[in-house]
Amino acid sequence: MLGRLGVPPAVKRGEPFAVRVIVQHPMETGFRRDYDGKAVPMNIVDRLSCTYGGREVFRAELGSGIAANPYFVFYVVARESGPLAVEWSDDRGQTGKVAADVKVA
Amino acid sequence: MRRRDFLAAGAAALVPLRAAAQEVHDIDPFVNAITSGATPEVGGIDIELPQIAENGHSVPLTVRVASPMNELDHVTAIHVIAERNPRPAVASFHLGPWSGRAEVSTRIRLAGTQKLTVVAALSGNRFRIAKKPVAVASAACIDEASL
Amino acid sequence: MTASEPTRPSPLKNGSEFQSADVRALQADDFANPMALWVDRGRALWSSVRDGRSCAGCHGDAAASMKGVAARYPRFDRALGRVVDLGQRIEACFEAAGGAKLPAESDDLLGLTAYVALQSRGMPLAVRIDGPARATWEKGRALYFTRVGQLDMACTSCHDASWGKTLLAEPISQGHPTGWPAYRLEWQRAGSIQRRLRACFNGVRAAMPPYGSPDLVALELYLAWRARGLPLESPAVRR
Repeated sequence: MLGRLGVPPAVKRGEPFAVRVIVQHPMETGFRRDYDGKAVPMNIVDRLSCTYGGREVFRAELGSGIAANPYFVFYVVARESGPLAVEWSDDRGQTGKVAADVKVA
Repeated sequence: MRRRDFLAAGAAALVPLRAAAQEVHDIDPFVNAITSGATPEVGGIDIELPQIAENGHSVPLTVRVASPMNELDHVTAIHVIAERNPRPAVASFHLGPWSGRAEVSTRIRLAGTQKLTVVAALSGNRFRIAKKPVAVASAACIDEASL
Repeated sequence: MTASEPTRPSPLKNGSEFQSADVRALQADDFANPMALWVDRGRALWSSVRDGRSCAGCHGDAAASMKGVAARYPRFDRALGRVVDLGQRIEACFEAAGGAKLPAESDDLLGLTAYVALQSRGMPLAVRIDGPARATWEKGRALYFTRVGQLDMACTSCHDASWGKTLLAEPISQGHPTGWPAYRLEWQRAGSIQRRLRACFNGVRAAMPPYGSPDLVALELYLAWRARGLPLESPAVRR
């Protein structure tokens, strides 16, 4: 599943920095009807989490009230330089992951 | 009730859609699922939402909870509830002192003009609540177009 | 402009001017703009090799080779013998280079179109309507002024006579095709200008021309000419 991750190019140790993520997913509510009147089955990303420095630093449980192509901005305190990864899964077991390198000054 | 049950409670509370405007649900069960029945303190949460959301399919939301976010005093979760959505439980975000800032932005769906409710869970088994009205010009979930 | 040519709205206003502040902000934010996902897809497809060939293999770096291209579409294509829009040109190129067929409104085609269109962002729309394109332009102009559908309305009824006025709580735009492909909140995904035009036909309760129909392309050419000089906003966000 396609996604995009944004972290600042350099962050200060001990300071929180913004993590931005957007996932390509229709977030079908199950209420929509197609052109023939048939209900489009529910299909949503229901879980998203971020790991950094070997620990989970953010987790979201999502419902169908999150807009299509889910977008989030959250904060993480800069500790060590290293990888930051965001993973997600939908209610059909499809998963996705994006990662970036955090450079701590 | 554990926090995961908050969203499950939302699924169970699903009401059938009608052609007319969605009705407003009683959100107390959702709040109680988070606080285990305790009454949350009002305030200390900044909810940033447009006054008028032109399209309910994608409404920008930022929630900020005032907190030092240190080991002793921090936000553990932010829960978003939309009283007029067919599934009022929108999302739960889990934070900790490692977050540094109790602030989350996202885009939500709103099925009509309503008050959005945010409940924050803090360390030490404390809870806060805030509400913000938002007018929605074109509702999600019921004004669907597939063309 | 001669007396026989129709007048344009004045002042000329781009599509984003008729969107809410939130939608404009979303469009302006290259990260948060949902079209970024399709642009990323297009960027990856541009370099991906199929049967030993890739877009990059012939066209090199898109930022250089595709600069200004989207601003000149729709245009008459000599190889195809007709006027095509950008999506159709990409579709034809992709197939000719041995790639699989790219269906209309598929994520891959929308991605490539968005990626190519992005390379002309900010550049003024400048299509040619002379020579072999003239007949298509005249067809498009005729369609633009023809009343259709149960509501018996022509494009001009809303987009010349009533732009800026409110219809179903939304301001009517001048109908310029400067932002496509775009992320339409109504669709909760990216879509092409052909999809948007079809929705307009449906809006006046007229039969929707099928994807790829010469009528749609003719209308696109006329609209692009009518919007000449306006900067391209692709890939845009629309309500």
